[in-house]
Amino acid sequence: MAFSLMEGNEAIARGAIASGCRFFAGYPITPATTIFNTMLKLLPPLGGICLQGEDEIASIGYCLGASMAGLKVMTATSGPGISLYSEHISFAIGSEIPIVIVDVQRLGPSTGSATRGADGDIQFLRWGNSGGLPVIVLAPVDVNDCYSLALQAFNLAEEFRCPVLIASNKEIALTLENIDIDAFAKPENIERKAPSPGEPFLPFEASSGRMAPYFLPIGGKVPVRQTSSTHGPDGYITTDSDEIAKIQDRLKSKILSAADRFSFHEARLEEGADTMILTYGVTARAARAVHKEQKKRGNPVSLLILKTLWPVPEDLIRKKAVNVKRVVVVEMNLGQYVREIERILPDKKVDFLGQMDGRLITPRQIREVIIHA
Amino acid sequence: MPSLLNVSRPPVFCPGCSHERITHALDNAFQNMDLYEDQIVIVTDIGCSGLFDTFFHTHAFHGLHGRALTYAAGLKMARPELNVIVTMGDGGLGIGGAHILSACRRNLDLTLLILNNFNFGMTGGQFSATTPPEAQVGSGFLNRLESPLDVCRLASSAGAAYVTRCSSYAKNLAEEIENAVRFDGFSILDIWGICPGRYTKRNRLTPQIIEDSLAKLPLIKSPKAENLRKEYGKHYRELSAGQKPVPSPAKIEATFKPPEPGRQELVILGSAGQRIITAGEILCLAGLTAGLRVTQKNEYNITVLRGPSISELILSPEEIDFTGIVEPNVILALSREGVARRKHLFNHLDNNALIIQALKVEVPSCNARIHQIDFKAQDIRPRDRALAALSVLAKLNKVIHLEMLQSALKFRFRGKILASALDLVDRVETAKLM
Repeated sequence: MAFSLMEGNEAIARGAIASGCRFFAGYPITPATTIFNTMLKLLPPLGGICLQGEDEIASIGYCLGASMAGLKVMTATSGPGISLYSEHISFAIGSEIPIVIVDVQRLGPSTGSATRGADGDIQFLRWGNSGGLPVIVLAPVDVNDCYSLALQAFNLAEEFRCPVLIASNKEIALTLENIDIDAFAKPENIERKAPSPGEPFLPFEASSGRMAPYFLPIGGKVPVRQTSSTHGPDGYITTDSDEIAKIQDRLKSKILSAADRFSFHEARLEEGADTMILTYGVTARAARAVHKEQKKRGNPVSLLILKTLWPVPEDLIRKKAVNVKRVVVVEMNLGQYVREIERILPDKKVDFLGQMDGRLITPRQIREVIIHA
Repeated sequence: MPSLLNVSRPPVFCPGCSHERITHALDNAFQNMDLYEDQIVIVTDIGCSGLFDTFFHTHAFHGLHGRALTYAAGLKMARPELNVIVTMGDGGLGIGGAHILSACRRNLDLTLLILNNFNFGMTGGQFSATTPPEAQVGSGFLNRLESPLDVCRLASSAGAAYVTRCSSYAKNLAEEIENAVRFDGFSILDIWGICPGRYTKRNRLTPQIIEDSLAKLPLIKSPKAENLRKEYGKHYRELSAGQKPVPSPAKIEATFKPPEPGRQELVILGSAGQRIITAGEILCLAGLTAGLRVTQKNEYNITVLRGPSISELILSPEEIDFTGIVEPNVILALSREGVARRKHLFNHLDNNALIIQALKVEVPSCNARIHQIDFKAQDIRPRDRALAALSVLAKLNKVIHLEMLQSALKFRFRGKILASALDLVDRVETAKLM
């Protein structure tokens, strides 16, 4: 047994490099800055590029340009920066630009508290884009997840040609932990697919049953069009409603129809338990402690930790909750994801425990809610 | 060379719009430079200047308002061989101001054509950053309150080496564009033109007036000698080639047995300058030498040289779930402000808990055992006290033992620093004061 000591931010950066990320741009912001610091150390010796943008809008803008030139790209920020990313998240969704975006959440609203954790951006990450099309949001629990979900994030971004957001939290990002990077079963890196030679290429046409269009880079032999405007398969502005409907529908269904394949989670279901704790992020660690302790005491509760928050793994949640009467949703905010659970499980008693004051929700707090039904 | 104009999508500007002249001049410049469609990307901003990419059969990138230079920079860094041409109106100049300044300072080889027609044509002729105060525009009296921006002066003072302006009606427009594209660095061409759809409906502006106005302005010499420097991309690759590869994270083999069973929670309460965070890291590394799971959370002020500095540490033979500390086994109380920041912790201590207390650092009354050390008497400076406290802990066989600590130091430090750290650990006396 051999471990390294590493914080979550460094693990995300190292995961990105292992995924083949070769371009990073970011603007300094606590608690995300050490992702930038790590990328700046790792990328240049590999021939990669790491830039410090003049602001967050520029940083993600650089990434979108570099992604369309064919590189795997990542950027990282926190609440105030993710707010500024909004216009470019919409662009990446609508124009199918692969990018991994890390939001190391801190206590909001607004500039809030730079060095206090929270999971206050969970609905913002889903809905903070114009047009409201679906996005993929992954949520790490610890340093191991930071590494392994970074790998998954790149693969999803490349396969579906979309932004993938990682909802980290200061409490994971800046906490140092033991990690054994060599112990991971790494998924094979997925690359964007070019059309076969001779096959006609249109930049936004998803041909022959594909969900995402083939990709050719800007700067390659074939001229490629990219546009943020509503476009047809050829990448030119279109006003044809049927064509628009078709492309919007594909943008929606390419993410939703495949969701089962990437509904990452950890389920610890206990026989005879009538309560299930449902949580995500750093709060899952307190929930794990409660789960273990209650099991020892002969009063078992089930536990479902979601690591894919969006699209909401609806079938999974229904399946895991089938044998319980009550679901306790615990999150480090004043009630965000619980809305989804209430929607999905109308026949269950859904209770909520939330806190947004910079402190971690403790096992004791969860235990009290579990016991006092 | 053949024209690179898109035969299936001819320009659709308003009759009399000077943008159409610029479109053809740009095509002529490409032809004169013998460029093929795959050697060019046209990055366009929002507004009528944002239509340019569709009129050419080249690579094209059209994005959000004011941000064209940001995409262009990403494209150019990723594909240094590409000719990256950005078209932007006077609107983009205003909303994208930060990006223009940054592009000027950076000197990446992009060409920015500003299609300056003194108003927002597409949204109804509102005033832009270049609208004269006397003009009648779609923003009522508001433009009378603001002074227009001279982008050439701005860009020169921001460090752009190649800055020039000309009229859309200039006979040598294609040549002007070609010179800007050929420049190896960031170049700006401020092209003055006429917007017949909006601006000249209420304002008199003719090619002759543009020419006369330009003639009255001070001559701008480009390239500007004092702003000439290395092109950013080349310079970046040059410096980046000299960066040493970073090894994989080093690992610590588990070789020892920890002195105590079970989960150990420890808090170091100190101040900036006491190397609290480093001591926390050393403790974690020491834990790894015994195969323990570890977590470290730190807290310090944003003014890093002043204020409390706190490290919260957990060492455990099992996976660490909750990373918070509620009832610590050990507190190292090394400064008053550190203790003040975590006063509440002392309420929860039972008589199994241990406090290693630096002399004169008062702690709230509590049930814990207190082990007081006079660091000053032992001639241990404040910056060494956190490590010294770890040594006390190790010598008491609490949480870690001495071999674990020494082994962690050997992992973390080399040379003189290691020698002095080991020496410090060795000479610290654990004798209690009371």
